[in-house]
Amino acid sequence: MIELEGVRKQFDEKIVLDGVVGRIERGEIFAVIGPSGSGKSTLLRLIDLLDTPTGGAIRVNGADIHAGKSLAIQRMMGMVFQKPAVFNTTVAENIAVGLRFRGAREAAIREKVEEALEMVDLSGYGDRRARTLSGGEMQRVALARAMVIEPEILLMDEPTANLDPVSVATIEDLVVRINRDLGTTVLISTHDMYQGQRLAHRLGVLMNGVFAQVGTPREVFTLPASREVARFVGIENIVDGVVVGENGATAVDAGGVRVRVAAPLAPGERVSLCIRSEDLRIAPADAAKAPPGKNALPGTVASIVPRGPFSRVTVDCGFALSSVISWKRVDDLDLREGSSVTVSFAPESVHAVRRE
Amino acid sequence: MYEIIEGFLEAARLIVTLDPDVIAISVRSIIISLTATVLASLVAVPLGAAIYFGTFPGRKSLINLIQTLYSLPTVVVGLLIFLLISRVGPFGFMRLLFTPTAMVIAQTILVLPIMTGLTISALSGVDPVIRDTLRSLGATRLQFLANIMREAKFALLATVAIGFGRAISEVGAAILVGGNIMASSFASSTRVLTTAISLETSMGNISESIALGIILLAIALAVNLVITTIQHR
Repeated sequence: MIELEGVRKQFDEKIVLDGVVGRIERGEIFAVIGPSGSGKSTLLRLIDLLDTPTGGAIRVNGADIHAGKSLAIQRMMGMVFQKPAVFNTTVAENIAVGLRFRGAREAAIREKVEEALEMVDLSGYGDRRARTLSGGEMQRVALARAMVIEPEILLMDEPTANLDPVSVATIEDLVVRINRDLGTTVLISTHDMYQGQRLAHRLGVLMNGVFAQVGTPREVFTLPASREVARFVGIENIVDGVVVGENGATAVDAGGVRVRVAAPLAPGERVSLCIRSEDLRIAPADAAKAPPGKNALPGTVASIVPRGPFSRVTVDCGFALSSVISWKRVDDLDLREGSSVTVSFAPESVHAVRRE
Repeated sequence: MYEIIEGFLEAARLIVTLDPDVIAISVRSIIISLTATVLASLVAVPLGAAIYFGTFPGRKSLINLIQTLYSLPTVVVGLLIFLLISRVGPFGFMRLLFTPTAMVIAQTILVLPIMTGLTISALSGVDPVIRDTLRSLGATRLQFLANIMREAKFALLATVAIGFGRAISEVGAAILVGGNIMASSFASSTRVLTTAISLETSMGNISESIALGIILLAIALAVNLVITTIQHR
């Protein structure tokens, strides 16, 4: 339904989008995630006809939207911006603006505004001056204002970036309900990968001006397509190495340490190994050997850093591996800096990505 | 010292008793400057909007020029208009010199730059997210303009007030093209608050001057009060 065909955007010398290719399906929630400054806002603004691409095409329902910029296309879409901004009038009038632009009748406007207020849980706020609302309430007004025109596509540019946690949860809940109940296609950008994971059916990871990966949250989080994506989605342990054959199984040599990998890889390939910290086990060095086939790497504890009710234990096995374990377990194992331990993990827990 | 105190007392009496001369001068001042401000608004607001939303070569230089003209000396404007409408000037045949109309023209031209410039500032003051939101909501060009103006209405109102303040308080142009005439009919007289103060002071009528000065200040104060009240709504 929204097709991105090599979308490019350049501001003076700076290339922000460098040929974005992707497809957003009708009725899905698609989250554009990526670090700050990766061009998420720019991409959404191009889709909402607020900016013009330097190259490539954006198609909505097959039509190139920038070819013949028409009000009709603009009016298919609603957008909520990062910064909560309301018109200097009442809440009800704020929500009514889009309907007035479309020449709706007064009675219809009143009814729809009332419905929209109810949807965002601001019933009774209609006569309040919008400027007196809190940031979270303003953002709900902005959402109601965008939704009252019943857009096919709802664009949200980091809508919760400036809000407190409770308001964030409210907005997220609304987005899910709007998508589920009204079937609106939602394109949301966020630098918060967990928000992307919570909301989206599919994620696009925007990096260096292109989608480094597009997939379901599960795919992106467990099978990142590149080292950068792995780093961005919060995989703590990324180890570079070279593939070597080992008795028929696949292994990777990382600076002299062998790591067994389940996936078939061609010997000689340069790869990065991504290992989630929750898949690592830390045991005393003299404990029973790990089951055959498992990776069991000896090492010494390099650091123990508290993190909420857990501790992040980093072990030097020739390369650093860190795991997050409970305080009690740290005490039980009598772990301290310099302790000799064994770090074990299954070959299946290792996700290898090719390096350039 | 005594004369000054006496002047203030006499001034109070002139105001309280609604002295016909003082009232006539005050009303004339307001009418002339208000007319000039309204005329200037009709030009400055659309012009400012056109410059703000426009994209044309030399736009930045034009804005710079307008800002330079903020401090256009009032006597220079007076002289310019004088030359244009004096007997020997190109518009001399219209016989406008030393008429209230001439004063309106001069004051209109005087406040045009500052009102145009402040209109541009007022529109720049609208949050860019508001602009994006309007476009995103599918505004036509006209709807977009109307709503931006509405968002900037307080700043635009302040622009008008500042224009009026500059018009009613200037003396150079008023005296050059108006001539400070106190004729028998109200409409053909050109004596306004500022020119009257200037004249009465030079003639030693301190109390008249003080009375007119107080009224001038009161008008400025009233205009400011109106603006702050509206802005706080």
